[in-house]
Amino acid sequence: MNAMVRIGEGVYGWLDERLGITGILKVTALHAVPRSVNWWYVFGSALVNIFIIQVVTGMFLAMVYIPSPDHAYQSLQLISHHQLLGNVLRGIHYWGASAMVLLIFIHMSAHFLTGSYKYPRELHWLTGSMLLILTIVMAFTGQLLRWNQDAYWAIVVGAEQAARTPFIGQWVAQLLMGGPNVGGETLSRFYAIHIWLVPAGIVTFITVHIYLVIYKGISEWPVPGKPVDPKTYWAEYQTILHEDGEPFFPNALWKDALFTVLVVTLVIVLAIVLGGQALGPQANPLVPANPKPDWYLIWYFAILAMVPPSSTPYVIILAPAVGFGLLFLFPLANKGERHPARRPWAVATVILAGFATATLVWVGYQEPWKPLLIGSQATVPTLKASSYRGLTPTQVLGAHLMSGEACLACHQIDNVGGHRGPDLTAVGDRLGPDQLTWRILRGGGGMPAFGNTLTPKKLTALVSYLETRKTAGGQTQAASGP
Amino acid sequence: MNFTRKLLNRETFIGLFIVSLGGLGSIALGIPILGFFLGPIIQQPKEVWRDVGPVDKFKVGSTVQVAFEYSGQLQWGGSTKYTSAWLRRDSGLQFTAFAVYCTHLGCPVHWLAEPEIFLCPCHGSVFNGNGTVVGGPAPRPLFKYDVRIQNSRVQIKTEPQPLVT
Repeated sequence: MNAMVRIGEGVYGWLDERLGITGILKVTALHAVPRSVNWWYVFGSALVNIFIIQVVTGMFLAMVYIPSPDHAYQSLQLISHHQLLGNVLRGIHYWGASAMVLLIFIHMSAHFLTGSYKYPRELHWLTGSMLLILTIVMAFTGQLLRWNQDAYWAIVVGAEQAARTPFIGQWVAQLLMGGPNVGGETLSRFYAIHIWLVPAGIVTFITVHIYLVIYKGISEWPVPGKPVDPKTYWAEYQTILHEDGEPFFPNALWKDALFTVLVVTLVIVLAIVLGGQALGPQANPLVPANPKPDWYLIWYFAILAMVPPSSTPYVIILAPAVGFGLLFLFPLANKGERHPARRPWAVATVILAGFATATLVWVGYQEPWKPLLIGSQATVPTLKASSYRGLTPTQVLGAHLMSGEACLACHQIDNVGGHRGPDLTAVGDRLGPDQLTWRILRGGGGMPAFGNTLTPKKLTALVSYLETRKTAGGQTQAASGP
Repeated sequence: MNFTRKLLNRETFIGLFIVSLGGLGSIALGIPILGFFLGPIIQQPKEVWRDVGPVDKFKVGSTVQVAFEYSGQLQWGGSTKYTSAWLRRDSGLQFTAFAVYCTHLGCPVHWLAEPEIFLCPCHGSVFNGNGTVVGGPAPRPLFKYDVRIQNSRVQIKTEPQPLVT
């Protein structure tokens, strides 16, 4: 036993003399942190660890993935369905990405709430903001590499948005696509951005970020009524470290380690149980598509659907510009109270932003603005058999036309159809025949006018059917009428 | 003498020299890299006419989807080498080709023949048979490609993806 220890010490001594391990450990693992460091401080190290997992899983996925439009999708099919543990590895990469997006927002919110970005840690915030942007770019470019319909149209939509940039819009859009259209040049471009360009940026900023955390120390847990004053803060912080500090290892580090292990375990379990994101249909501009971003961008998709059309250019360019501008500018307010109890506006901002995002993601999956077209042929839904009960021949034709004239793409009857327009299940209660005719012919309120395309016979049939749509009592009456 | 020593001593001179060397090197490297990166917007492919079928294939008054290859496409573009248009035969030799890209955010609009409308699957923009906006967030009519008839065949002129700027 003694011999083993002696050999171990010998090896360590030999390496230490040449590498300076003790010196490095002293400033990293053993650097002093305030004793008040608690569970709110664990998100950053989890992010770094997940990023490392993303790099490693990405490297191995790249051994099989082919960044060429005519093979990318097939190579992903191979990874997902045939390659040993392929779907698990893809799953870890996908759920790891999801965890990264989620954690970076939590990490940011936690340090925003505790005012940790105030003097002398403004650069922590700025480098972190860069990492936030780069992480979102990674999430966006990652979903494109699947080269399915969602990916193809996400690039088209991305290019359309980039084109709204003042003056240089067209150039920015074409630079993204790698040419005037999405095609052969596009995928390899995004591949290089996803695996080299952006990760290089992330590594750079993580390095600076961690250096700053060590150089300026971890912020102490804020105390209400103890504002930050740049003139005195640094001396006060040194006192805290001196009187109430402890080495990073073990008391802070074990919390970080435990949290990371929990997150990574969750990622792996999700990867095993659910695998990677479903591939969906292959990218093909010649068949109908129903594109949709992954969850981490769907809130933005929802915003674009709901804002007034005339404001779209501002929402696309101005809102992110102002948003990111504020993100970078507000550490200028680097003095004053840090504790959330004394910063109600900060608390309100985080709660509001969290609530708004969750709502938008939810609405984004409901898609009430969307016409309902089914399957790869984008067909309009058809009425249930029960919706035909007790109808005259003219009314039956009208019921047929509900699908034939695509009414059910936007309107619902007996729980069949889209949500874009009003539910017509009981429209007969609200509107008489004249009003129905007027609405159909003239449209309005987002509904197209059908005056030019409907024959009088079809119009009569539609109106006669819609008249029967009444609540229980009324419907029997209408159905048994003339 | 003292003044010059302070302003430009040996160390400052060598420091400036190293920085200048680095700067020159960066420019020498940066120009080809930047040029390569900006290539796609500097080197625009020439637009060409693409055949989409004989005139007789299309019924007067109907709108159908036709596929054609973009200009300057790479061999490995797969199915994404192509794009499609909604081609309507207005009358005898009169054709209109609508781009599939919705003018809101570029999603592919879908033609519904009976009610004669284009529907966008993303945010529900609606266009009538002439490509005019009749509902939803789209800010302008559908884009159109040039169409010509050559030897009784319909041809569409390729174009960069239409962008609302």
